[in-house]
Amino acid sequence: MNAPAAQPAPGEAAARAGRQAEVVAALAPLLPAHALLWQPEDTTPYECDGLTAYRERPLAVALPETEAQVAALQKACRALRVPVVARGAGTGLSGGALPHALGVTLSLAKFNRIVRIDAYSRTAVVQCGVRNLAISEAAAPLGLYYAPDPSSQIACTIGGNVAENSGGVHCLKYGLTLHNVLRVRGFSVEGEPVVFGSDALDVPGLDLLPLVVGSEGMLAVITEVTVRLVPKPQLARCVMASFDDVRQAGDAVAAVIAAGIIPAGLEMMDKPMTAAVEDFVRAGYDLDAAAILLCESDGTPDEVAEEIGRMTEVLGRCGATRLEVSRDEAQRLKFWSGRKNAFPASGRISPDYLCMDSTIPRKRLADILLAIQQMEQQYGLRCVNVFHAGDGNLHPLILYDANDPDQLARCERFGADILETSVRFGGTVTGEHGVGVEKLNSMCVQFSPEERALMLAVKRAFDPLELLNPGKVIPTLHRCAEYGKMHVKKGLLPFPELERF
Amino acid sequence: MAADAALARLVDQVCSARAQRSVLDIRGGGTKAFYGEAAQGEPLDVRPLAGISSYEPTELVVTVRAGTSLAELEAALADQGQCLPFEPPHFGAAGGGAGGTVGGMVAAGLAGPARAAVGGVRDYLLGATLLDGRGQVLSFGGQVMKNVAGYDVSRVLAGSMGILGVICEVSLKVLPRPVATATLRFELDAGAAIRRVNEWSGRPLPISASAWWDGLLVLRLAGAAAAVAAAQRELGGEPVPPELAAGFWAGLRDHRDEYFVAAQAAVEQGASLWRLSLPQVAPPLVLPGSTAAAGNDPHEGPAAGAPAEPMLIEWGGAQRWLCSRLPAAQVRAAAQAAGGHAVLFRAQDKGAGVFAPLPEPLLRIQRELKAAFDPDRIFNPGRLYPQL
Repeated sequence: MNAPAAQPAPGEAAARAGRQAEVVAALAPLLPAHALLWQPEDTTPYECDGLTAYRERPLAVALPETEAQVAALQKACRALRVPVVARGAGTGLSGGALPHALGVTLSLAKFNRIVRIDAYSRTAVVQCGVRNLAISEAAAPLGLYYAPDPSSQIACTIGGNVAENSGGVHCLKYGLTLHNVLRVRGFSVEGEPVVFGSDALDVPGLDLLPLVVGSEGMLAVITEVTVRLVPKPQLARCVMASFDDVRQAGDAVAAVIAAGIIPAGLEMMDKPMTAAVEDFVRAGYDLDAAAILLCESDGTPDEVAEEIGRMTEVLGRCGATRLEVSRDEAQRLKFWSGRKNAFPASGRISPDYLCMDSTIPRKRLADILLAIQQMEQQYGLRCVNVFHAGDGNLHPLILYDANDPDQLARCERFGADILETSVRFGGTVTGEHGVGVEKLNSMCVQFSPEERALMLAVKRAFDPLELLNPGKVIPTLHRCAEYGKMHVKKGLLPFPELERF
Repeated sequence: MAADAALARLVDQVCSARAQRSVLDIRGGGTKAFYGEAAQGEPLDVRPLAGISSYEPTELVVTVRAGTSLAELEAALADQGQCLPFEPPHFGAAGGGAGGTVGGMVAAGLAGPARAAVGGVRDYLLGATLLDGRGQVLSFGGQVMKNVAGYDVSRVLAGSMGILGVICEVSLKVLPRPVATATLRFELDAGAAIRRVNEWSGRPLPISASAWWDGLLVLRLAGAAAAVAAAQRELGGEPVPPELAAGFWAGLRDHRDEYFVAAQAAVEQGASLWRLSLPQVAPPLVLPGSTAAAGNDPHEGPAAGAPAEPMLIEWGGAQRWLCSRLPAAQVRAAAQAAGGHAVLFRAQDKGAGVFAPLPEPLLRIQRELKAAFDPDRIFNPGRLYPQL
């Protein structure tokens, strides 16, 4: 699934070359020479993001260094009616930063300055290219951190997080990107400066921030973000609970919530996944368990002691066959090590895997696990499962061999079946990886033609000519035939060293 | 089913308004009719579309029809030990009545004392069903916590004042009620109060609300019993008895507190109640006193040497109330200079405009959004801005 970008026909190639010359001529005066790339060997590294199955080479890649340059580029591209695709670190998993064949990729990598970190107001003002983890690292001496922690946080940028409304393992308690961003500043498609949100807690008029956050670069180009920082909990401890029945484990998740507990993290792995990760990280997981729950508490030592007590009581009452509470930070991290290495561990036991990202109501966790077990028989393929159980967000990994066309076909039907089942259970086709190009087809299932038409009208309200990242998120009618999915070929997932969950 | 019939009737009313080129004034309990620009058009009563569609406490999600009374929803949540964490205000209905509705809560987008600590209406909105200006019933978002499928249209409805369409049903994230709460009082001036609350908020303390008025800071802690007890030991202050504290916070939330009662009386005498939304850490605004007392000529402006205008400060400084006769332009300029905006919350004369003017290109985008949702301008035209 890692085919090079399709080669255009000769006539098309000439037209493209002409257009490229025109665009390069228009943009070159706006940037230093090193900040505009258009030779194939220079633009190839930009041809895909974390979703490598889709590749496209842009006409040019612009790497502006100042906001004035961004504004000028926007104006020039608009004058030429050239699509603009903004890009951060390129770690996205849904192809949101896939270049447009006749567009300009706007790499914002050079906007990597932390403008200001202020302990008193608990905010950080950072340029869009600052890495997620770099914010927390810079805030750490002040006892503060930036809460959303997508798995790629070591590499992904805050601008990309804003584009995708990224989550992480702590969403249930600390919220998504939207809940932790106060204000974004950038440029409209016309190159005018725009601000969404405020340093205050609300704005006059319609609140456009929730539209812009998660809009995958389709409404504006964001160059600066003001994030909320929160006090670092003094302590975190984790309970690891084994269950010999997946339904009991699913019920335990509901019981924890019903007891009025909002865990800092609540994750689940099924037996095959546990076996795969234990083989990889040797954390001492219970290999006999049908499912393992990781349930974390954070706060003051008193608060954590109280909450851990309540958690273990509930999990015990729900039939946990083994309960272990982390003694110290080292052991807590060990508990998490397997969960955080679920993706690479799966890569070791199968030539390829297909990662799904749907969300279902929590109460259906056991149902979907059992349904997936049925599907394993039906499609003759294995599937290992990790869940953000607290949020009902599933990442089933279907194991297959892409060299066997029959397996690939069965795998795709298997994935489609999981998404269909998720929607039928009252869920959504993407919990945190975004639509991008990958789930365009799935959007057809979740939204009616009228709903999709209104989303397109929302885009046009910001971007009348549809020049900002066109073709993403909202599918055209003719696409609405099948569900989308993500293929990962072993060893070809970009940033293989990153934890993926 | 009653809900289906109620929805069908709303669709009919919208379609006929569209055909007749008339205008609809979307209404729930009418408790926030005072808020925003003047309503116009034929009332469209959403209250028949009522009832909780689904509520499973272990999902932390409730799906509720817009005409449901807010009190009914909160009672159903309380039965399960849960709540709407942002504490939406319950304003009194003119001439009694059943109080505000869930739809009105979302459309007005107002939140109570816990806003700074836990987020606002928007942050708890997971999905919505909307009746748009073409008579289409559309759903956005969903009933799950994590959902990045398409633009997050539902959250834009929070505070939209009904200009985008008729909110029919919403799914809201709910949370367990805090296990323990405590309220403390501190004698502090305004500047010190803002400084203290913001410094405390940078530490892992379970601060859930704050209010300052007339030399007194009132602070609420909420969370695990151990955390509240530890914070109380750490912060000191004078504990307020629980019943007194509960009444105080509810009065503040619902504007039944003595400050707001006095403000209402002053408004009836020609003063204006302003809501200033500022960065939390903005120091106290010094506006030359205009004396809100009755009888002053509002056109005369402030008397020289008058004391600074007193404000009620909530949300750690992010929401400040000013009851004043100062010219609108002066209040707006001061709020803007401090990094925020001012809303003319209650006044007899709203000629100065309720909401701060929007800069281009935001006004253009909002005009286009209005046209996308409601091309014939049927819904609450002018209620947010004359142009929308």
